[in-house]
Amino acid sequence: MISSIVLTTGLFLILIGLWGMLTHRNILRIIIGFSLMGTGTHIVIVAIGYVTNGTAPIIDQALSLSEAASRAVDPIPSALAVTAIVIGMAVTAVMLAYAIRLYESSKTLSIDAFTESKW
Amino acid sequence: MIRRLSIIVAIVSFGLALASIVIGYTEQQAPRPLAKSYIRLVPQELGAPNVITGILLTYRAFDTLGEVAVLFMVAVSAGLVLGRERLPRNGPLADRVDEVRPSSEIVQTGTQVLVPLISIFAAYIIMNGHLTAGGGFQGGAVIASGVLLMLLAYPHYQPDPEFLSITESVAGALFILVGLAGLIAAGGFLDNRILPLGQFGAFFSAGAIPVLSALLGIKVGCELSVLLERFRP
Repeated sequence: MISSIVLTTGLFLILIGLWGMLTHRNILRIIIGFSLMGTGTHIVIVAIGYVTNGTAPIIDQALSLSEAASRAVDPIPSALAVTAIVIGMAVTAVMLAYAIRLYESSKTLSIDAFTESKW
Repeated sequence: MIRRLSIIVAIVSFGLALASIVIGYTEQQAPRPLAKSYIRLVPQELGAPNVITGILLTYRAFDTLGEVAVLFMVAVSAGLVLGRERLPRNGPLADRVDEVRPSSEIVQTGTQVLVPLISIFAAYIIMNGHLTAGGGFQGGAVIASGVLLMLLAYPHYQPDPEFLSITESVAGALFILVGLAGLIAAGGFLDNRILPLGQFGAFFSAGAIPVLSALLGIKVGCELSVLLERFRP
């Protein structure tokens, strides 16, 4: 139940990000839309790893070694989400660097100004 | 008009595809076999209470190495794109930031109080990655947030890029050396059992995982700091 709410939220974020990327003409807003899509994907990845009544897969007083296999959530999607967050940040950094360069070359951030690579 | 229509069609069809995922989704009642074996093996074989860190730094440590390589490439490409020939980069730093209004007293005092605390918190996150939630990537990002606070509060502050790149390269080389040591002394590349596993749940335990975590934290923190430094005007 909880995970399907989280999953729906993540998929909505992906849709909002896609809508933002398609409708806006400002490069910074397109980058924000892309980041929203990425964040939505992370939420979806974490949501599909949820196990009913599961808890974080960290063995301590609250979760003993013997019951961990039945009460812990799937650790693999969480590990993948850590990776995905770092890569998402890296991609955003490169996009912002290009946005700065594009702004310097034509003094505008509107994507309509860059028609050379348009097919 | 046609563009708007095509956008609506794209969004609606994408939304329908996603809706079919939601409809077909059923929550897992028990972990999958692979997850179960990871949950069982990480505390037993690697001696790390945090299963996710065990996966990230031993079973899938090769992934993590690739990810570190991606971060390095991003730092390099940001340096290439925002290189020195950039127009506002001409002239010494003092000329470039002199017109900037200095940050207020509240921001400066807050920075002086917070940056040491942020650094300690980052060290705590990095060094407890094998025991509780945390690890090298998260702690490195916290270090970079401290550097960002310094850059915002003091426009003249300049982290030494040479020191940062040397530290980062040394940390990366040591990470690979620890991995190679696993190839010789333990089961394979980046195996953490080159050091004694120690008592389960103790601070010095889980073999090489705390070492790898610390190296990763230093590397990520330096890389993100270099990246932030590149982005300033």
